[in-house]
Amino acid sequence: MLRRRLNRLFGRDERRVDSRTIYVGHRPCPATDAFIPPKFCDNRIVSSKYTVWNFLPKNLFEQFRRIANFYFLIIFLVQVIVDTPTSPVTSGLPLFFVITVTAIKQGYEDWLRHKADNEVNKYLVTVLEDGRRARKESEKIKVGDVVEVVEDETFPCDLILLQSSREDETCFVTTASLDGESNHKTHYTVPDTEKGLESLSATVECEQPQPDLYKFVGRMHIYKNDQEPAVRSLGPENLLLKGATLKNTQKIYGVAVYSGMETKMALNYQGKSQKRSVVEKSINAFLLVYLCILVSKALVCTTLKYVWQSQPGQEEPWYNQKTQKEKDANLYLNMFTDFLSFMVLFNFIIPVSMYVTVEMQKFLGSFFISWDKDFFDPEIQEGALVNTSDLNEELGQVEYVFTDKTGTLTQNSMEFIECCIDGFQYKNRDSSTELDGFCVTDGPVSMLQQKAGREEEELFLRALCLCHTVQVKESTGQEDGVGDQVDGVLGLDGEMVHPAELRGFIASSPDEVALVKGAMKYGFTFLGMESKNMRVMNRDKDVETYELLHVLNFDPVRRRMSVIVRSKCGDIMLFCKGADSSIFPRVRQEEVDRIRMHVERNATEGYRTLCVAYKLLSSEEYAQADAGLREARLALDDREAKLMAVYNQVETGMSLIGATAVEDRLQEEAAETMEALQRAGMKVWVLTGDKMETAKSTCYACRLFQRGTELLELTVRTLEDGGRRREERLHEVLLDYHKRSVQDPPPVKTRVTRSWTSAKQDYGFIIDGATLSLLFNSSPDSSHYKSLFLQICQNCTTVLCCRMAPLQKAQIVNMVKNSKGSPITLSIGDGANDVSMILEAHIGIGIKGKEGRQAVRNSDYAIPKLKHLKKLLLGHGHLYYVRIAHLVQYFFYKNLCFILPQFLYQFFCGSSQQPLYDAAYLTMYNICFTSMPILAYSLLEQHICMEVLMSNATLYRDVAKNAMLRWSPFLYWTLLGVYQGLLFFFGVRFLFSNPALQDNGQVFGNWSYGTIVFTVLVFTVTLKLAMDTRHWTWINHFVIWGSLAFYMFFSFFWGGIIWPFLRQQRLYFVFANMLRSVSAWLVIILLVLLSLLPEILLLVLRKPRWPHSRQPSEDRLLQTSRSLPSRPCPTST
Amino acid sequence: MMKEELETTNRPDNTAFTQQRLPAWQPMLSAGIVIPGFVLIGLAFIGIGVGLFITSQNITVLEKDYTGVETTSDCYKCSNPSDKNCTCKLEFSLSNLFEGPVFFYYGLSNYFQSQRSYGASKDEYQLSGDLDYFKTPVSACSPYQYDANQKPIVPCGSLANSMFNDTFKLYQIVNGTKKLVPFDGKGIAWWTDYNIKYRNPSVTPLKNAFNGTVKPSFWSKPAYELDTSDPSNNGFVNQDFLVWMRRAALPDFRKLYRRITEGDYASGLPAGNYSLEIAYNYPVLSFGGRKKVVFSNVSWMGGKNQFLGIAYLVVGSLCVVMSMVMLIVYAKFKFPEDD
Repeated sequence: MLRRRLNRLFGRDERRVDSRTIYVGHRPCPATDAFIPPKFCDNRIVSSKYTVWNFLPKNLFEQFRRIANFYFLIIFLVQVIVDTPTSPVTSGLPLFFVITVTAIKQGYEDWLRHKADNEVNKYLVTVLEDGRRARKESEKIKVGDVVEVVEDETFPCDLILLQSSREDETCFVTTASLDGESNHKTHYTVPDTEKGLESLSATVECEQPQPDLYKFVGRMHIYKNDQEPAVRSLGPENLLLKGATLKNTQKIYGVAVYSGMETKMALNYQGKSQKRSVVEKSINAFLLVYLCILVSKALVCTTLKYVWQSQPGQEEPWYNQKTQKEKDANLYLNMFTDFLSFMVLFNFIIPVSMYVTVEMQKFLGSFFISWDKDFFDPEIQEGALVNTSDLNEELGQVEYVFTDKTGTLTQNSMEFIECCIDGFQYKNRDSSTELDGFCVTDGPVSMLQQKAGREEEELFLRALCLCHTVQVKESTGQEDGVGDQVDGVLGLDGEMVHPAELRGFIASSPDEVALVKGAMKYGFTFLGMESKNMRVMNRDKDVETYELLHVLNFDPVRRRMSVIVRSKCGDIMLFCKGADSSIFPRVRQEEVDRIRMHVERNATEGYRTLCVAYKLLSSEEYAQADAGLREARLALDDREAKLMAVYNQVETGMSLIGATAVEDRLQEEAAETMEALQRAGMKVWVLTGDKMETAKSTCYACRLFQRGTELLELTVRTLEDGGRRREERLHEVLLDYHKRSVQDPPPVKTRVTRSWTSAKQDYGFIIDGATLSLLFNSSPDSSHYKSLFLQICQNCTTVLCCRMAPLQKAQIVNMVKNSKGSPITLSIGDGANDVSMILEAHIGIGIKGKEGRQAVRNSDYAIPKLKHLKKLLLGHGHLYYVRIAHLVQYFFYKNLCFILPQFLYQFFCGSSQQPLYDAAYLTMYNICFTSMPILAYSLLEQHICMEVLMSNATLYRDVAKNAMLRWSPFLYWTLLGVYQGLLFFFGVRFLFSNPALQDNGQVFGNWSYGTIVFTVLVFTVTLKLAMDTRHWTWINHFVIWGSLAFYMFFSFFWGGIIWPFLRQQRLYFVFANMLRSVSAWLVIILLVLLSLLPEILLLVLRKPRWPHSRQPSEDRLLQTSRSLPSRPCPTST
Repeated sequence: MMKEELETTNRPDNTAFTQQRLPAWQPMLSAGIVIPGFVLIGLAFIGIGVGLFITSQNITVLEKDYTGVETTSDCYKCSNPSDKNCTCKLEFSLSNLFEGPVFFYYGLSNYFQSQRSYGASKDEYQLSGDLDYFKTPVSACSPYQYDANQKPIVPCGSLANSMFNDTFKLYQIVNGTKKLVPFDGKGIAWWTDYNIKYRNPSVTPLKNAFNGTVKPSFWSKPAYELDTSDPSNNGFVNQDFLVWMRRAALPDFRKLYRRITEGDYASGLPAGNYSLEIAYNYPVLSFGGRKKVVFSNVSWMGGKNQFLGIAYLVVGSLCVVMSMVMLIVYAKFKFPEDD
């Protein structure tokens, strides 16, 4: 026991050390003196929250942490313990109902998680133990085990690849379930471990678990009998991550390095945290106010009671003597129980039913989103999906929209549009389906005016065929599902060229496939790899082979990639392709000038452009580069930096041979949608992993940047200009931009003017990932610059962040989310790289696009197309916000004027907690008499109809910043409630100055008093809602008039029968007698009218700014411009 | 086949409800509707108000305090609570005919019938004639549940115990002789209380039902002797008892005691001198209360109540004024008229 504890202590110590040592197959190694098997955690994944034992206490604890539930529990307990005016059932039953339903729902969800965990943990895997293959449950894998994985299985833990069944010592994996990239990635075995896994004696030294999926540093010591241990470096390409799936490879062996909750997947697992809407926060704030009102009411009443009792004769009048028990009780205890009794009496001011109604409204309301046929996309046969109903109203509050570019703004179907070889433009004249434009098999490439020499052409096409990391998926007719596995970008065109052979390309980015396919159209077909030889079929149907010597991988900082190949005739060539900005400085200037024009034109047209360059390497050069690369690859520290240095050294002095343009088409109505969002006052930020030029052109195409927009760039390039330290330069640029965009602009601060017609200068801000990380991770005083950055961004209409890693996207969202005023953010994306920002933002929207379902699954709402965002926000969001805001205010209001008379009555009943209303009325008021109209309102109301909301995006600004739930509207509603409550009570009070209200001279008692007040109350609050209703469907008519009719019917019924189960027949014929009194009728009519009078006046005097009927929008626009004379835009159209 | 099915299930229903396109009435309050509406409502209210006001003015009320606080009052001698069976006189004269039917109320002030514990202190099962509850009254009746000898009190509870027990006799002084004005004690309680809600146990004679029980301590006679002359006004259905048991809403209240509908007085109390003989039993001075008697006639709206008429007049004229103001505002600023 002690030892285990010590071990654990050591384990904790070990965690602090930078690296861990793993003994492959748990075999002691000669080099180490004492073999202590290190302790690592087991391979169990736990995502569930509860166990059978702790479910009840833990769940109840969590539920009662909600302020409302806790409050109701307290009230219930008070009712049970203390002698109170109302029975505990009135508050206990609804609370019990709510708690039980929630517990069942959460229990079911957790049971599903348990099931999923078990599925993973109990999965049988094959482990090599002393040379034998043993089947084990996945959760029993220990770090150091050698695990066998076969094709299409997922890896049970993080493994170092030791052996693969493929000849080229590689294996393919997809990480779709990790980062959503559905392409196949190549991973490599550690050299020299090929054979004899049984006898392999090795240790792996690697870093401690960390969540970055793309980072791994380690090394392997391989001990051979009596030699020096061989050291091999390990990188992310050797590491197979738990959760990834093995593809195209029969089986592999690997040694477990991280297990269970220490795997990168588990460390990256970001529980979908409960998102709460601003409305809920407002409710909680209002709740606190009402709680204060409640407590102060109870305090006032308690004080009054004891002050009043201290007067002579009132303590215990002879007609109402105390019982012995009451006399014996402690005074202070009595005071306390009196206080609690008052609390109970007034507790209806915060009704459980509000929470139930809000939940119901959200739940039912969300159906209208999924039912909306405008969201139905015939292509994928699906409509919108609502994953959470908690955020409906938040859709009407969005201030920042973070959108992904690829697949969201654009369609992510790449198409090779044109190329430029040696300054001559080659373009497909017709649509791509028409092959006539290309002379595929014979003759030169078609062209527009002139053409480059045949040699240049072929060199360019060869470069396209060689410089990539595309794999060919050979398929032998039997595999029908091939199309699904390759990114949906299937070599269908290849089928036309080579009808015999179905060809699919697998690549890490669709651009590469588009390029290879483009080359194929021009006659050069990439046939695939054959043990380090790339085979290319040229125009003459000859197969050329090139030995692949090195791949200088793509990375976002260099923004280019290269290959070094050796041709048949022994020439060593380097082909490089990359962004123009990264290629141009590395080639000869005169070549650049010829091509730059084409590249820039293509870029502004929104195409993704790449430049292609090449260079012949002499054998000395190659030898040097080769040595450098090998050395850098083995380095354990700073490997990346070293590699980069070598790359940069090799990729110089090239000659430019051409450029390509690939089109990524915009989504339908992308520009209109973005424009509408901007007019609605939202700021659109584009966060993309793509490069700046392309992203910029997309922004122009989407009209996010206008012609007049002044662009502020903050990229690696701008920072490198000065020749000084980057950080200093960064700070300097930031200060400059801040001055330009934040301090200088004319002081028109209105939000209305910042629309497309305004005279104010629009700013666009561009920043890239590298600069952003510099900004975030630099010197200690960076917080100042961070806030500068934020201010600049907030003053720009559009911000473009390019070259962003998924985590950086989330970082940006987080930064904005936590900035001053905590604006509501919305992220929209389609790929797994957007998941982090979808989870981070207040509202995450997934697009049911091509890149898998990861985004959809993690989103709050999923829509088939970007264009649907407009209706979702401007239409549904606006309406839901208005509906729920009204619902919340109305609920507080109607309970205030419900309870206020009861409070006032305490002054007339000796502060004795005498309820004014009968218990049935107290319970039914919120449940039956007044609940249905507001529910119907909150589901059906369209104060402005959907079409008008959509066509007038500026209407969205009317409800921005939680406008209907701020303190001033809340105060208005509260005052209204107080006014009406006072009116109800004192109106009836003056009537009762002579309680003989019938023509037979008989008098009315206290229950008649309460019933008259209650009748006025029910009619007033219902008619108040009727006045607010702008959209009367038959359902509204039914519930509003139905509620009133039901109240009348119920009151008759309730007072018309001697109820056998009731001890006190308080209301027996009270209601009927009330209706027999003309005075009662008259006072009810008078008070209802008087209560509504101020509202009617306001309604009439406040000219409705927006007509509600469906009519064309032109005259409406005119009308608004007339009704807003204060609009300070001097040059508006 | 499957695919087609999928298609139809996935496609949202195109109904007016699901698409939020239910036909709807969109009311617009425009000046053209509101101003005449206000005028009409205002005029109607003023009309009702005038009617109410005049009606209320025509109601005659005569109120007399007889607590006996002032030493000049004849009832001063009775205000000492230790003095039992004290009677005092209240004399007044009418110069005109007090039009009938005249209703005779007694009024108490600073008396909190509306207290919770007081109101809850009764046993409705007992009062509906259930003999089981004669033996074991409900505990809410405490401290008037059992007497000192643990005998059940019927009717139990503070409310019943404190029943008003002053009695009145009204005489008209005609030529120096006292002429009794006959009181009608029927029809002073709610019909449903008298006929349905409160029931005597079906035991004859009624007295037997009360065997083994004691009368409330404050009462001078048991429930079955409340009105020995009329069995239908005895026990729990005694109308004075019923009137008392219907709790007043406010601490200053009046309750109907008798109606004057018979004989020479059916058309009202003629002008002349009257003497009200009061059996002064009910103590109110200990808690600062007051007692009074009220003679009143009633109209279709009940007793005299100026509030309603004035309120209607005020609100009505308010509406008219509002409509004028609106008219001016609309005329001056020329709000675009809605179509």
